[in-house]
Amino acid sequence: MLTHETQPAGPAGAAPAGTAPGPAGAAPAGTAPGPAPAAPPAETKVRIPKVTPTGAATVAGAAMGALGLVWVLYERVLPFSGVLGFWLSWYVVFLLLYASMARMQWDTRDVSHRVALVAVTTGGALAVIIVIGQVLFVVARGIRAAWHLNFWTQSMAFAGPLQPLSAGGVLHAIVGTLEQIGLGTLFSVPLGLLAAMFLAEVGGRMARPIRTIVEAMTALPDVIAGLFVYALFILTLGMQKSGLAAALALAVTMMPIVARASEVVIRLVPGTLREASYALGSSQWRTVLNVVLPTARAGLATAVVLAMARGIGETAPVLVVSGVTKEMNFNPLHGPQMSLPLFIWEYAHIEAVNQTIVTRAFGAGVALVLIVLLLFALARRLGGSAPGQLSRRQRRLLARQGARV
Amino acid sequence: MAVALAPGQSPAASEDRPRDIVAPVVFGDVIFRGILRAAGLTVLLITGLILIFLVFRATGALRAAGLGFFTTSTWFISTNQFGIAAILPLGILAALIALVIAVPVGIATALFISEYAPPRLRRALIAMIDLMAAVPSIIVALFAVFFVMPRILGFDSWLSHHLAFIPLFRFRLSNYPGEYANATFIAGVAVALLVIPIVASLSRQVFSQAPQGEREAAYALGSTRWGMIRTVVLPYGRSGMIGASMLGLGRALGETIVMSFILSPAFIFNYHVLESGGNSVTVMIANHFFVAGAKEISALMAGGLVLFVMTLMVNTFAAMIISRSRSGATASAD
Repeated sequence: MLTHETQPAGPAGAAPAGTAPGPAGAAPAGTAPGPAPAAPPAETKVRIPKVTPTGAATVAGAAMGALGLVWVLYERVLPFSGVLGFWLSWYVVFLLLYASMARMQWDTRDVSHRVALVAVTTGGALAVIIVIGQVLFVVARGIRAAWHLNFWTQSMAFAGPLQPLSAGGVLHAIVGTLEQIGLGTLFSVPLGLLAAMFLAEVGGRMARPIRTIVEAMTALPDVIAGLFVYALFILTLGMQKSGLAAALALAVTMMPIVARASEVVIRLVPGTLREASYALGSSQWRTVLNVVLPTARAGLATAVVLAMARGIGETAPVLVVSGVTKEMNFNPLHGPQMSLPLFIWEYAHIEAVNQTIVTRAFGAGVALVLIVLLLFALARRLGGSAPGQLSRRQRRLLARQGARV
Repeated sequence: MAVALAPGQSPAASEDRPRDIVAPVVFGDVIFRGILRAAGLTVLLITGLILIFLVFRATGALRAAGLGFFTTSTWFISTNQFGIAAILPLGILAALIALVIAVPVGIATALFISEYAPPRLRRALIAMIDLMAAVPSIIVALFAVFFVMPRILGFDSWLSHHLAFIPLFRFRLSNYPGEYANATFIAGVAVALLVIPIVASLSRQVFSQAPQGEREAAYALGSTRWGMIRTVVLPYGRSGMIGASMLGLGRALGETIVMSFILSPAFIFNYHVLESGGNSVTVMIANHFFVAGAKEISALMAGGLVLFVMTLMVNTFAAMIISRSRSGATASAD
């Protein structure tokens, strides 16, 4: 965007600068001995420190003061209990203390600015803490199950519910999850991509309602997708509960996510690239296939992988249509097929009669979190470059092609 | 020479006619656009099919229960005394609690990311919010049941003792921790964990589009950063925040797994949210579908239909608000 504005100006601005060194050319040459009259002293950028000792001390003082006050009130004076309530009270007292301490030093505008800064920062920190806390908690509780090698290499077919963790595992659920998400991606990505291309490239009267519906479908209750597949494929078309039905349900939930994310990415492709392609006389489908999609490839891959990460954790649609089994089932077309979310549902909710079974569920949670994190890391890697920016491999490829010509 | 030529037959006129600037539509393009349009319409078709098949499968139960489906609280399938009069409002109540918690936290997070965070941290935080949206709801359910629930009971008891003058927090059961467990309030807190990333990421997108010129104008008038946010960013992002909250509401209304992990099903509408027991249509579907006979499946489909129509309306309305706030959703790079 910026380059479009500066590039045309480049040659025009360079020509006068080359012939006659103007004031712009003299500025960097300030060190050169010349008749520069009273060269101004080198300017140093004034940095206003964001964190002053006073400010930091005020925050720390308010935090400690609140801690002490709440501890005395909460634990000693008033009949309160509960860890959560303690820290919530601490936070409220901290904000009040901080505001009054700030009021003593600064004017009202500054006080509201500082209190807002603290409040907003805690909001952001809370979100980060929740994410990390969820992942760490599941890993901490599940590591005792995931520690055993058999957990990754066996199904639950020959392990009774009361057997220790050294028997049985989640391999059947991992296989089911991977097959279902693979099929679901296969069904949802082509349709989602085409719909996104329609919204971004063709448009027209129908584009607006379709975009609205796609956006609304991204927050569709996930269980509805399962009900729909059950009503259409199992009750009406007579299919069995199977991995394929689960994959279809996943596809229904993933398709709008793919469509919405891809549309945003396709829109980011600069219009100038399209116009260049049209100016060379290519048709629209050639332009989309040879210019738009390759340019947006990294972003599209990210969209697909993120949708997979979302789909892989969906429990409710799978719950309704895939059926539960303890046995390994490689065939998604026939018979019930387990998946990781369903495994957790089954062992942490339905059959949670003792600690070992719950630990098994947490172990499956570790596997699920690992897969999601892997997909997520993959998406970040793929999406590292903006549209049109070439990766190192692409640049090498282009250089080799150029050398050959 | 010009006289010699008859008007209309002049060769010069045909040579000088301006070239047709509308490019002819290539045959390939016609097919291409046809395919894309068909894909777009398929999305509408799928939404329509969901509606049609839910209606089709729900008619059995709706005919059996009649209008009572909307006024009955109990769930006795065999005697046709079943309905969603208690189930649906209980679910809405939990969703609203989730929203009350998630919207302030989500908007604070969005403001922190778009206005306060240093640029390097910003990318990491955006990734964090994306990751939060990608954490499976079943993982959130495990976290909520085994981590949050034991620790929130004391807080519940505190609320019931000191805020009992608010009817919502009144507690009529004996003061024993188990009586606080599995309550609507806890379900709301847990679902909030799923709604926060939706509110945060959508409002962040809207905030970051607040016009730079107006921000600088506010600073030039001597505003602090908070003053700038209050007078420029928040008014600009108002409809975006409303839309994001409504989309979050849609998500909360449709949440299944977390709700069914936490709630112990109740069939009386009870707005005392700290008391054990709650319900929602999704919980009914998740808990009953395995053991349901044909008639109960039809009843669950009817519940699902009501939920689908409700969330589709909420979400569509939210999407319309959001797209209007983005001035036509034409966010383009250039």
